[in-house]
Amino acid sequence: MSAKSSPSASSVDRRTFLKRVGTSAVVVATVQVNAVADEISKAAGPGPQGPGAVPVTLTINGEKKDFSLEPRVTLLDALRNYGPLTGTKEVCDRGTCGACSVLIDGKLVYSCMKLAIDAQGHEITTIEGLAKYGQLTPVQQAFIDCDALMCGFCTPGFVMATTALLSENPKPTTDQVKRACSGNLCRCGTYPHILKAALKASGQDVPETLTVIT
Amino acid sequence: MAGWPNPTQVMGKPTTRLDGVAKVTGAAKYAYDAQPEGWLYGMILYAKWAAAKVTKIDISKAQALPGVKAVILTGGEQRTVRYYGQELAAVAATTKQACLDALRAIEVEAQPLPCVVKEEDAMKPGSPPVSDGPNASNVSQPDVKEDGQVDQAIAGAAAVAELHLSTGTQLHHSLETHGSTVSVQSNGQVTAWSSTQGVFSVRDGIAGAAGVPQSNVEVICDYMGGGFGSKFGAGVPGGLATHLSKITGLPVKMMFTRLEEGLNAGNRPSSRQRIKLAADAKGKLVAADVENFGSPGISGGGQTAGGGGGAGIAIPYLYGFPAHRSQQSSIALNTGGSCAFRAPGHPPASFSTESVMDELALKLNMDPVDFRLLNDGFNVRQREYQVGRDKFGWAAKYKKPGSSPGPVKSGVGVAGGGWGGGGGGTKAEAQINSDGTVEVRCGTQDLGTGARTVVAIVAAEAFGLRPDQIKVRIGDTNLPPSGGSGGSSTTPSISPAIWDTCQNALAALQQQTGVADARGANWLDACKKLGVNPVTAQGQWREGFSSGGAGGVNFVEVKVDTETGYIRVTKVVAVHDCGLIVNPLTTTSQVNGGILMGMSYALYEDRVMDRLTGLLLTTNFDTYKLTNIADCPDIEVILIDMPERGVIGIGEPSTIPIAGAIANAVANAIGVRVTSLPITPAKVLAALGKVPNTPSA
Repeated sequence: MSAKSSPSASSVDRRTFLKRVGTSAVVVATVQVNAVADEISKAAGPGPQGPGAVPVTLTINGEKKDFSLEPRVTLLDALRNYGPLTGTKEVCDRGTCGACSVLIDGKLVYSCMKLAIDAQGHEITTIEGLAKYGQLTPVQQAFIDCDALMCGFCTPGFVMATTALLSENPKPTTDQVKRACSGNLCRCGTYPHILKAALKASGQDVPETLTVIT
Repeated sequence: MAGWPNPTQVMGKPTTRLDGVAKVTGAAKYAYDAQPEGWLYGMILYAKWAAAKVTKIDISKAQALPGVKAVILTGGEQRTVRYYGQELAAVAATTKQACLDALRAIEVEAQPLPCVVKEEDAMKPGSPPVSDGPNASNVSQPDVKEDGQVDQAIAGAAAVAELHLSTGTQLHHSLETHGSTVSVQSNGQVTAWSSTQGVFSVRDGIAGAAGVPQSNVEVICDYMGGGFGSKFGAGVPGGLATHLSKITGLPVKMMFTRLEEGLNAGNRPSSRQRIKLAADAKGKLVAADVENFGSPGISGGGQTAGGGGGAGIAIPYLYGFPAHRSQQSSIALNTGGSCAFRAPGHPPASFSTESVMDELALKLNMDPVDFRLLNDGFNVRQREYQVGRDKFGWAAKYKKPGSSPGPVKSGVGVAGGGWGGGGGGTKAEAQINSDGTVEVRCGTQDLGTGARTVVAIVAAEAFGLRPDQIKVRIGDTNLPPSGGSGGSSTTPSISPAIWDTCQNALAALQQQTGVADARGANWLDACKKLGVNPVTAQGQWREGFSSGGAGGVNFVEVKVDTETGYIRVTKVVAVHDCGLIVNPLTTTSQVNGGILMGMSYALYEDRVMDRLTGLLLTTNFDTYKLTNIADCPDIEVILIDMPERGVIGIGEPSTIPIAGAIANAVANAIGVRVTSLPITPAKVLAALGKVPNTPSA
């Protein structure tokens, strides 16, 4: 079935999909195997798709784009290698680090944990879609001002996580920033400056933690 | 130092990164992001056994799959596997999915062999030999260094403290994995986009793999996602991408997966230490008797630029012991090799030595800071202890170990570190155009330390301009050579070279235009006088602008829940020095990063291998735990600016003292000492005697 004629009825991500199948497998083990197939087709949307490439339409940063993707292609893979929008980073590919975070209908999502076909019919925002006409968002500007980035590989994910937080909570406390960003990892150690940047982007005072003495 | 202006106008002022916009908008292109026309995905088939004799590898089915362009063996079909993750074959295909299918279709026949992956197992007589050969032992003969009458000094000492300590294997886990995108063209020209700390060393490796002259190879590293000592060479993925590109005639991207990053990309080796220190009645250290068993892994100890590397550690550490003896041995394991990791050999040495120092201070009934001040011969660190003690409020906070009331106990700890570093071996060039624009070129690379911005700051200082007026080109082998970025040597290497280059360019500009002082307000007018040809000038690193020898001390406050063993680091006061501070903003980031990575080493990170199968159990960040933002303590960074010492690096000294300081704070809180890193809740409970039938940590 073509993706255009049926803009994905399903909003099931990989984790929910596996959970559903796992839960039901216990139930059906003693009943009948067919129920598993029913469950899979329910979770996967209308009709079986693949294993070959199928047409997929994604709305990325306000633009509709047509792809031809195997159903097993993750949203992360689609964005980076078919998009090609490489600002979204692949780091763990297992939903443990947040570097691949994007917004789907304004909600923060790990794109490595979602199949591209399941992202159809939704508004996807990547790091490339934040700045409009070259104008940085307050979050992006605060990350630069507070030096909340070092090698920069985790930065897109943290910027997305902070953006999602501020859209729900415009004046977060430091503890709320910690909680909101705890699904992201940084190896260089930018956390103290990310905490400052989130406060600064939300118009709050930022304490100085550096002293230079001669 | 005499070389630098005094006072400086731009150096020493907080400057935001030149590449900040590229990094917050996703525009920054890493090796992982390079997508030259027609590029293929490359992936590796790695050994699923820690030890095995491989008898057959059949790639025919994989070669026939749709989208697969090449399948190669990485060695002979029959070979010995010595660690889980060792590469066997590699594929190139049009998609990641096709690569995964191809890897599954490769048939490998192998006979698994006994393996050993735990240090304690390998030290037992009769453990499965990791190396072939007669009488192959898994424990090497010790490397012994001795000076003075150690046993005599210890026998005559007023106080002696001795601990057996251990540290786990730490994985680098740079967020961008190791790898390159390599394009070998039919005319023998090669372009490689590499995630590396040294574009020139990668160039040499790729030229060798491609069988072309080095001058045919351009290696580009505009941005790279962390290295921490592990990314100096082309490595396994760089070499395989080159071979696959040569076969297919197309560019091939080969980046390690996260799992491969934990198997085959290097690590900080574990240690098993015995540290014995002795002092006289006044508290002066008189002797050290120290021993370590390190685990280099298979082919470990390479890529040691900037540090000791290997599995040896820097003991006896930090203090001048009139008499000392050290014995260091290696333990062979069926695990991936170690390599340089941010301050190689120092964090485990600081942790162990500073742990025993606190035990010795207790025996002498001395305050731990006073005890260090009495024995530390480095005047910079002396000052850091004094500054930190006041800022931290040590006098009010330090109590007798275990005296904090209630089930959640507070404690404080202190520790020190030191690092050599220093600069050299860098060239650069500058070009000044008639419209006043400036381009500065240097073949260094920015690991996230802010090196690109350092280049702009120094050039701006020389020309009387703002850093954002300088166009900086780095990370390319077509630029004047600089060394690998390791050993905290980058800033002290490039700053003097950029200064020299820009002084030469300024002199040429002034000479050509007849303007006596072209800097600052006169800049545009002077440049306008240039004709069609821009001014270009070269320069290089010179003596008198940089040095080595950084100190660093950390004061730490922790809360330890004695019912769950959970440790929270609440406060860190970090006092560090790096001579003339070029950019206090990015320097603070470096110190924060050193603290958090060292805290991760102290509390969370541990490579866990399965004893029976030799497989890695901590395969990704769900099981291999890094410090999270939720764990982030309140960190106060105090930098001591010493322009008279010239520029010194800060990357490595900033990560050394924290593990020892945390260990001492935990011991101060709970009244018993955990001698094994990482200090997990389980080890805390065991030390408190709260785990039945478990030997204490």
